Amino acid sequence: MTAFGKLIRTTAFRLTLVYLLLFALFAASLLGYFAWNTRRMITEQITDTVNSELSELSEQYTKGGLRGLVAAVEGRALRPGANLYLVTTPQGQGVAGNVSSLEPGVMDHPGWAETFYKRLEETDTKNHYALVKVSQLSGGFRILVGRDLEERRRLFGIVAKAAQWSVLIVVVLGLGGGVFVARRVLRRIDAMTGTTQRIMAGDLSERLPVGRSGDEIDRLAENLNAMLERIEALMVGLKEVSDNIAHDLKTPLTRLRNRAEEALAKAGNEGEYRAALERTIDESDGLIRTFNALLMIARAESGQARDNMIVFDAAEVAHGIHELYEPLAEDKGLTLDVAADAATIHGNRELISQALANLVENAIKYGQPAGAPAGKDPVGSGAAARNPDILIEAHREGDNVLLSVTDHGPGIPEADRQRAVERFVRLEASRTQPGSGLGLSLASAVATLHGGDLRLADGQPGLRVTLVIPSRGVEQKTV
Amino acid sequence: MVTQSSAAQIQTESQMRLLIVEDDRESADYLVKAFREVGHVADHASDGEEGLALAESGEYDVLVIDRMLPKRDGLSIIGTLRGKGNHTPALILSALGQVDDRIKGLRAGGDDYLPKPYSFAELLARVEVLSRRHGGPSEETTYRVGDLELDRLSHQVKRGAAEITLQPREFRLLEYLMKHAGQVVTRTMLLENVWDYHFDPQTNVIDVHISRLRSKIDKGQDKPLLHTIRGAGYMIRDGIR
Repeated sequence: MTAFGKLIRTTAFRLTLVYLLLFALFAASLLGYFAWNTRRMITEQITDTVNSELSELSEQYTKGGLRGLVAAVEGRALRPGANLYLVTTPQGQGVAGNVSSLEPGVMDHPGWAETFYKRLEETDTKNHYALVKVSQLSGGFRILVGRDLEERRRLFGIVAKAAQWSVLIVVVLGLGGGVFVARRVLRRIDAMTGTTQRIMAGDLSERLPVGRSGDEIDRLAENLNAMLERIEALMVGLKEVSDNIAHDLKTPLTRLRNRAEEALAKAGNEGEYRAALERTIDESDGLIRTFNALLMIARAESGQARDNMIVFDAAEVAHGIHELYEPLAEDKGLTLDVAADAATIHGNRELISQALANLVENAIKYGQPAGAPAGKDPVGSGAAARNPDILIEAHREGDNVLLSVTDHGPGIPEADRQRAVERFVRLEASRTQPGSGLGLSLASAVATLHGGDLRLADGQPGLRVTLVIPSRGVEQKTV
Repeated sequence: MVTQSSAAQIQTESQMRLLIVEDDRESADYLVKAFREVGHVADHASDGEEGLALAESGEYDVLVIDRMLPKRDGLSIIGTLRGKGNHTPALILSALGQVDDRIKGLRAGGDDYLPKPYSFAELLARVEVLSRRHGGPSEETTYRVGDLELDRLSHQVKRGAAEITLQPREFRLLEYLMKHAGQVVTRTMLLENVWDYHFDPQTNVIDVHISRLRSKIDKGQDKPLLHTIRGAGYMIRDGIR
């Protein structure tokens, strides 16, 4: 498409054309109305003057006879800028007046007429135009009184010129303005198009140009930029995840392969083969768990798991998880306790249970005994009397339900807390503890799914992780 | 002291007729072979239409149906069968392992749901439990294994003459194990049926619960009843048989 073709196709240019037509019509009708009204006014004025002069002259004729009339006509005809007068005999011969010629037949019909005429004293051959009225006098005489229409024609000419010029100016200014606005818009749109093409080509860091006028195009550009920001963040996240997946799945896969290879090369008897195969199965089970956790996170983050939201009691979930993990904690020499008040949640019970289970598993994995305060009850029946090593809590706070797990482990330094929630991040560099590094990520994704968040805080001295879930649920929030 | 036997060595007392509907040739062959090795009879259908036709005509104890199949998907097979009054227990195999998919599968009339990849031991254990359920309701009020006795109404557990005190959850764990006495019960089956959780714990929580239960019912006894089946799960049975 040519540049001109592009220009006249712009919305701005088309709008300009429509407005141009409207303005031209408006100007034409305004001037037309003005011209018509003026003409009517002038005609009325002439008619009034002619009528009154005719009646005056008729009176003269009645009072002073033909001589009186002729005297009056001659007197009037001599005034500067005089009207037209003509008195004729019944035979049509001029008796008095200032008209030398008329269109034929004008004097024969009494009443109004428009006619070309010549004045007596005029030397030019040009014909003038006048509005006249002919009246029959007694005795067969006729009298004509009229007025030149030059004034009316001149006025009409002025209006017509004004109309021509105004339409011309409207068109020129309109077209020029249209081209200017269209080109301006077109330039901005072209710039945006160029940017989007570069973005589509893969450069996600590009941003659309935003002007300073704050008009609709700027607002659109700002919104598109915000959208690009979000997309870029998601893409970066995706890339990080795929890098991490590549790393954290490839490592165990390599280990798996190495062990199989080693067994093939070295194992001598059935027992050794069996042991190698069992390790292989364990390793692949670990891989499957990691994979499932990743899928679960992806699912929670994409919001698909919102289908199975029900109303349930957070305290019941806390007690359930406590009951499930209490023996495991005891095995590790830790006390696990629960303190929960009834607090209803609208959410996915399974996912929230799993998130809480992950937090408890972490606490058991990294937790340490709280130390033994004086008067420790050796039977363990007085658990409330001493600090439990790990405490599960559930209670309502304002519009939120808080589910938290507090341990006495090493905790997480404040600077690392944000990072700890990210996928695959395991702060313990040596990775001596088993785990996929997805526990906190999953808990965080579950919290986000419910419109809440995951908070990491100092448990003094351990770590306190809190799942914050809005009790009314995410659906009511978004509606 | 704890006797261990591996999954492959378990000889089942009763033979089952199984139908495997699975479009992946290799997986299907593996399953047919593996089920035959443990003494069951397994037929195979490779698409949904064939699977439905076989399921309708054959007398099967359990159907093992892949969720995604050519011609007709797994859920639709089960739906059609149930619509016609055929209530052969069906286990759904699916690559979609999430909670929501499981619920969808069970709502469509499936009796159990196993996400891929699965271990054969897990599948076998679940299929045997399904078959037993089909064979007739084991709703007796008292379960007995050897000299261990569990009264489901009074919640009393006795080993010989000695009464054993169990926590409520331990009671439910033992009840589930005894209901399926002589069958392998996997850790996930226990987590699903005793605790009603469908996630996969990263730690050996179930083992700890089992060892607590074991110390209550088997400690100091010559004949242990609660056995660990390596690579599969647990089984409660009278050691002699």
